[in-house]
Amino acid sequence: MARRSHVQTTLNGETVEFLCEPRQSLLEVLRDELHLTGAKEGCNNGNCGACSVILDGRLVNSCLVLGVETEGKSVETIEGLAEPDKLHPIQDAFLENAALQCGICTPGFIMSAKALLDQNPNPTEHEVRYWLAGNLCRCTGYDKIVRAVLDAAAAK
Amino acid sequence: MLENKDYKVIGTRPIRHDGVDKVTGRALYGADFQAAGLLHGRVLRSPHAHARITSIDTSRAEALPGVKGVVTAKDLPDAGDKVADLGEGAVNLKHLCDNILASDKVLYKGHAVAAVAATNPHIAEEACTLIDVEYEVLPPVLEVRQAMEPDAPLLHEHLKTTSLGETADEPSNVASHIQHKLGDPEKGFAEADVIIEREFVTGTVHQGYIEPHNATAHYNQDGQLTIWCSTQGAFTVREQVAEILQYPISKIKVVPMEIGGGFGGKISVYIKPVAALLAKKTGKPVKVLMNRADVFEGTGPTPASFIRVKMGATNDGKITAAEAYLAFEAGAYPGSPVGPGAMCIFAPYNIENVIIDGYDVVVNKPKTAPYRAPGAPNAAFGSETVVDEIAEKLGIDPLEIRLLNAAKEGDRRADGPVHPRIGCIETVEAAKAHPHYTAPNGKKHHGRGVASGYWFNIGLESSVTINVNSDGTINLIEGSTDIGGTRASIAMQAAEVLGISAESVNPSVVDTESVGYTAVTGGSRTTYATGYAAYEAAQDVKRQMIVRAAKLWEVDEANVQFADGEFSSINGKEEQISFRDLCARLGETGGPIVGSGTVNPGGAGGAYATHVVDVAVDEETGKVDILRYTAVQDAGKAIHPSYVEGQIQGGAVQGIGWALNEEYIYNAEGEMTNASFLDYRMPTCLDLPMIDAVIVEVPNPGHPYGVRGVGEVPIVPPMAAIANAIYDAIGVRMTELPMSPDRLLKAMGKI
Repeated sequence: MARRSHVQTTLNGETVEFLCEPRQSLLEVLRDELHLTGAKEGCNNGNCGACSVILDGRLVNSCLVLGVETEGKSVETIEGLAEPDKLHPIQDAFLENAALQCGICTPGFIMSAKALLDQNPNPTEHEVRYWLAGNLCRCTGYDKIVRAVLDAAAAK
Repeated sequence: MLENKDYKVIGTRPIRHDGVDKVTGRALYGADFQAAGLLHGRVLRSPHAHARITSIDTSRAEALPGVKGVVTAKDLPDAGDKVADLGEGAVNLKHLCDNILASDKVLYKGHAVAAVAATNPHIAEEACTLIDVEYEVLPPVLEVRQAMEPDAPLLHEHLKTTSLGETADEPSNVASHIQHKLGDPEKGFAEADVIIEREFVTGTVHQGYIEPHNATAHYNQDGQLTIWCSTQGAFTVREQVAEILQYPISKIKVVPMEIGGGFGGKISVYIKPVAALLAKKTGKPVKVLMNRADVFEGTGPTPASFIRVKMGATNDGKITAAEAYLAFEAGAYPGSPVGPGAMCIFAPYNIENVIIDGYDVVVNKPKTAPYRAPGAPNAAFGSETVVDEIAEKLGIDPLEIRLLNAAKEGDRRADGPVHPRIGCIETVEAAKAHPHYTAPNGKKHHGRGVASGYWFNIGLESSVTINVNSDGTINLIEGSTDIGGTRASIAMQAAEVLGISAESVNPSVVDTESVGYTAVTGGSRTTYATGYAAYEAAQDVKRQMIVRAAKLWEVDEANVQFADGEFSSINGKEEQISFRDLCARLGETGGPIVGSGTVNPGGAGGAYATHVVDVAVDEETGKVDILRYTAVQDAGKAIHPSYVEGQIQGGAVQGIGWALNEEYIYNAEGEMTNASFLDYRMPTCLDLPMIDAVIVEVPNPGHPYGVRGVGEVPIVPPMAAIANAIYDAIGVRMTELPMSPDRLLKAMGKI
């Protein structure tokens, strides 16, 4: 086994430390080392977006980032989005709009939508579609997802 | 009577019960399962499309530090010539086992050959490269018409064609030939003023669920095998694993985790028996995950096909005869969905003279699996394009010709069944009246197309148990894995019976030891059949509660009635108690109440859909853009309209992908060259407009609330509707799927 490196990062606002092999992706670290399984593996090569997280304010596919790269950085995952007593408006909008079916792509879409609304609080439908094009959903046909993101923007 | 009913819960749009878990990342899917001492499994797959295995040497892999066990087909019990009945018809057990781990031959690239369990997934992967397999490479056959040629390479030396009950003497790649005949097709064509005959080719496409297959297995020392996995049916996993491992079902517990999409592709088992073999060998829990390439290459897609359709009509638009030849690729082992394709192809029409021939043909590609209305989309691409061409020839509106010939109650389908109450006419009429259909569409290279589709839907067995809580809520225990909101649609049916809110029901999907037998989430059956079981279980609760109220009031049970969530006494005593208040008094009136319902309903009721699409064709690049899409569908009764719309929208978009982009691209050696989501291009949200889902409700007499399955039929019309729209835009009839830019450029004579 390759030598494991010590990494310190900020995860959902809290300082965390972990050990990981240099070849382990951030997705692997989140799921297997830190037991945060909200980020999903759909393709492991950056094509489906199911593993989307926010790294230092920027939307990334966590399968394409190495765990060791997060040293000294800040990672936001789906587990950190809701407050203890209430959901994030995007999460509420997904529920209200029935914007999920199987739900496997949902954490990725929600993180992607958050990254969009953080930088563009009032996107047009086209901007939403352009931004979310890196996230694949096979169940919904996207209609209700796009509506949910537009609703979440309007509710802010 | 059904349609006028005023429901309290049914038809509303509550938040789904599993919603919060799924938007917060807390819901646990198969790959999320963890256990102490967990090992990780990896499957070695064939690099060849067709080869004989001459030797497998696992010693180098076994010697790698961290490797705890290696298995091959030798670890499977001898399948012999046994035929396994898995509830969906007889399956040759050797075929079933050989698809799990190849014994003598590999029949497609990606065919599983061996598997390793190790302390981490990277070691398992490395160990796979140390397994030495020697192959005698054989020529592959990759296309259905070539596979049917008499001199084609044979996949199975003992496979002989079964044709209309007779088995041939010589081996062949044609596993079976079926035929349906109605009336006198020759006479029907003689009566026609116009006859159109066309040939169609469709590519291999994958369900494309985002979650790869996964399984974790553990053997206890007492022989109890537990499998945690995502699946469309925990009980069918139990049955298949029991057959493959020759192990009693009572020794196998299957725990369904949340499932990340299936569309038919997560019914057959692949790595579940492998995980079980590795767990047995190592004595530890073993988790096996597929990667995306494994999913494309090693699981069942839906078949490529060759189709010929001939239809004739009189000048006034009456279709007098129809003929279809359907040749479907089964993949490596027999069992393509040519049967359902043959059942559905002309089902939107009442045609007196029909002949349909279907061929199930093996080729060196993965064994096909169901995919949303399996077989019907291929077939409808042919028939619905020919209907469009007939309408054009006769100068009749394409929806009008569908109305002129529409199937209705009492008409006979070519394969035998007589239609009960169906909504074929209603969906066509709704499409015709929709503002989309009447909107102007005159721009250059813009076109509009329509098509209809049919899927018969299925019933099958379901069980539901209801435990009544003292606070007026109920816990609903079910065995149907929830792929698209069925916890809600099932719970709502129980809530309606008991006069309580949807939120007062806590639905749980449980393992195979905790609920009665329940068939797969598939065939558009879950809201129909498990919903029906929930209705029956709730009726059982209601009956028992009436007994309690009678006891409380010391009246005869016949004098207690239940309406709007209130029990009341009739004939004499003026007593009333709400469902909720009576729940608090169960202890004093006899103890807890458990209701149960089990069904195997026959009246699934077929579903019809008619789609309208506007496209723009880019003459320079051949790219087709979807400008507007309207999908009309008969849902019988939409229990939760949002999730019915979701099924319609999702099915339509999968159809759009199938129509425009999706296909397995093979090289001459039989290697899939696009086994990733980058190169197997499914629609993204940027490729699409909003999908207008229009629900028509023609109640199904086979369900207490009139429910029809809704999941599958929306994928049937899109391919033909888009082909017809492309014709309207550029005047070229597309007969090959997908209608990708290169095919359009060729069709337009540009390349």
